[in-house]
Amino acid sequence: MPEQFDYRSAPDPAMLGPGPTPEPSRRGFLFWLGAGINAIVAVLIAIPVVGYIFSSWKQGGSQKWVSLGEVKDFPEDQTRLGKYRNPFTTPWDGYTANTPCWVRRQKGETFTVFAINCTHLGCPVRWFPESSLFMCPCHGGVYYADGSHAAGPPPRGLYPYEMRIRNGNLEIKAGRLPTLQQTP
Amino acid sequence: MTIIQPIIDWFEARLGLKDTLGPTMSHAVPRSAKWWYVFGSMTLMLFMLQIMTGICLALVYVPSADEAYASLEYLNYDQTMGWFLRALHVWGSHLMIAMMSIHMLQVFLFGAFKYPRELTWIVGVLLFVCTLGMGFTGQVLRWDQDAYWGMSVGMAMGGRVPWIGPGLVQFVLGGPIIGGESLSRFFALHVFVIPGSLIALIGVHLLLVIKCGINETPTPGVLVDKATYREDYEREVHKRGMPFFPNAAGRDLVACGLVLALLFLCAMLFGPAGPNGQPDPMLIHTAPRPDFWFQSLFAVLALLPPYMETFLIIGFPVLAAGVLIMLPFLSGGGEKHWRRRPIAVLFVVMLMVSLGSLTYLAYKAPWSPVMNAWSALPTPVEYVRGRSPLELQGAMVVQNKQCRNCHALDGKGGHRGPALDDVATRLNSDQIIRQVIQGGGNMPAYGKNLSPSETKAVTAFLMTMHGQDMHELAEGYSMTPRATQQDVPPFFPERLDEQ
Repeated sequence: MPEQFDYRSAPDPAMLGPGPTPEPSRRGFLFWLGAGINAIVAVLIAIPVVGYIFSSWKQGGSQKWVSLGEVKDFPEDQTRLGKYRNPFTTPWDGYTANTPCWVRRQKGETFTVFAINCTHLGCPVRWFPESSLFMCPCHGGVYYADGSHAAGPPPRGLYPYEMRIRNGNLEIKAGRLPTLQQTP
Repeated sequence: MTIIQPIIDWFEARLGLKDTLGPTMSHAVPRSAKWWYVFGSMTLMLFMLQIMTGICLALVYVPSADEAYASLEYLNYDQTMGWFLRALHVWGSHLMIAMMSIHMLQVFLFGAFKYPRELTWIVGVLLFVCTLGMGFTGQVLRWDQDAYWGMSVGMAMGGRVPWIGPGLVQFVLGGPIIGGESLSRFFALHVFVIPGSLIALIGVHLLLVIKCGINETPTPGVLVDKATYREDYEREVHKRGMPFFPNAAGRDLVACGLVLALLFLCAMLFGPAGPNGQPDPMLIHTAPRPDFWFQSLFAVLALLPPYMETFLIIGFPVLAAGVLIMLPFLSGGGEKHWRRRPIAVLFVVMLMVSLGSLTYLAYKAPWSPVMNAWSALPTPVEYVRGRSPLELQGAMVVQNKQCRNCHALDGKGGHRGPALDDVATRLNSDQIIRQVIQGGGNMPAYGKNLSPSETKAVTAFLMTMHGQDMHELAEGYSMTPRATQQDVPPFFPERLDEQ
């Protein structure tokens, strides 16, 4: 036999008529007190949470000097693929923290180091020593050996890194994905 | 029946579904709602399946930059039926976007966005945006070379946003450069944030479908009058409508069954997508491509003039979303039938033609240099047969200096620049020299990279290119007089006599 239990037969509070309810002013006070406590606690909790989520929001900064290897590893008049480990790395980055760049050594200690990223939309450009051109596989951007724009849609030449030579080591200031607005 | 009925009654006594869900399930819908009305249900069904396959994939997938790729390969090759789950998930996503697009176009062409269903349409637009977001973040979770460089492309776009661009990039990446935090962020978006928003929005969407009703199939000449529409609709739907369950639901179920069968077939026949190549940034010999749904964007970005680019990348999506959201307020009443709305039909046709041709172009990608054409493609034999040593030297220059990465010979090679088969019919030797040395017209200047002898050789070779050789090969005879075809230089004894 099915149980006779019907939620509709439960008493409706509205049907009970006016009971011994607290004074309206007291009810109002309790509501606003509750709302106030919650608002204060919400702000207290929200500030650290927002700080946590937006902690990576930085307009600039985030650059460190990293070594690309000894100067003598890069032959004169040649452009070679350089490699550095992203200075802002986590242990679980693995090989994705290895970052490529193009190292051009002209004469002696004159170097130019370019970011791998095409200035159009960030694809990796490839160096062709036979024609002394960088070509991008995505939308056909082409750059000359000195990084200047040769053809295609890129709005500017390749992004150069700041560089220096310390104790026979070639060092660049790196660690940030180069984008159009914040790279010299 | 005697055993089951009391159990049903026991639950019913507590849940009271007959009174809560009952009227909702059997609410009246217009009788004219036929097969065009199934695409929303199909999208919902596919979304529920995406949640289930997604949870299954999350049992194995590791959202770590170092190990995600290995876990995907494990899913493909080691995990029992892992490849099938991955295939279901990716084909499910394709089909979901497809069904959702058809649903949206149908709603647009049937005028269903008009009064009183403005909010239903707006929530639908938000659902569409979220679903595309799932598409992009999902492509990133397939942590391969396309994902890594796709993210790089996305960030290059984000970096163009005025003022906040650089900050935004670091915010989205979770750090200054693509790495572990970036993948974790996209994982959180793909698995928690966007699906959560989707579920909430679907709830609102369905509530609106119940509250505002589904659109009657429009009749030409019947206008939407805001003063009387709701009253008329209620009256009509109760007089001549049919219950959603089981009448319309039956049609929905058949359609859902068919799309699930199609999904099963696609997953079985075509398998999972990728992963394509370990996402090691040092492996730069890659040509990143987006998934199907973003191919048209990829094409647009190659074809736009540079001065429009930043506007299009940043402004256009905002503008498009704004127009879609404002649509029911711009055109909230009046005619619903597509035959009386020529601009709406033209717009849909234009949209389909543009998206179709851009996607086609994206697969051809004539703007991309073919990076290995110079070393991998043979010079057609007809172009070197009977040529002088200087011209042969020129043919070598065309290969070795990567000319073929952008210029095709006999249809093979890049298509960034014009094909060289008949270049001699378009340019004389001086013009060829000028073009090679100075470049121009989107060609790099080769002045510094070619010695005078190489320039002379390449010009000599290109001057033999009259577009005849391949034609002659096909016809089997030659009509082109060519000095170099003779074994010895011509000898004219009478000239000797004159001297």
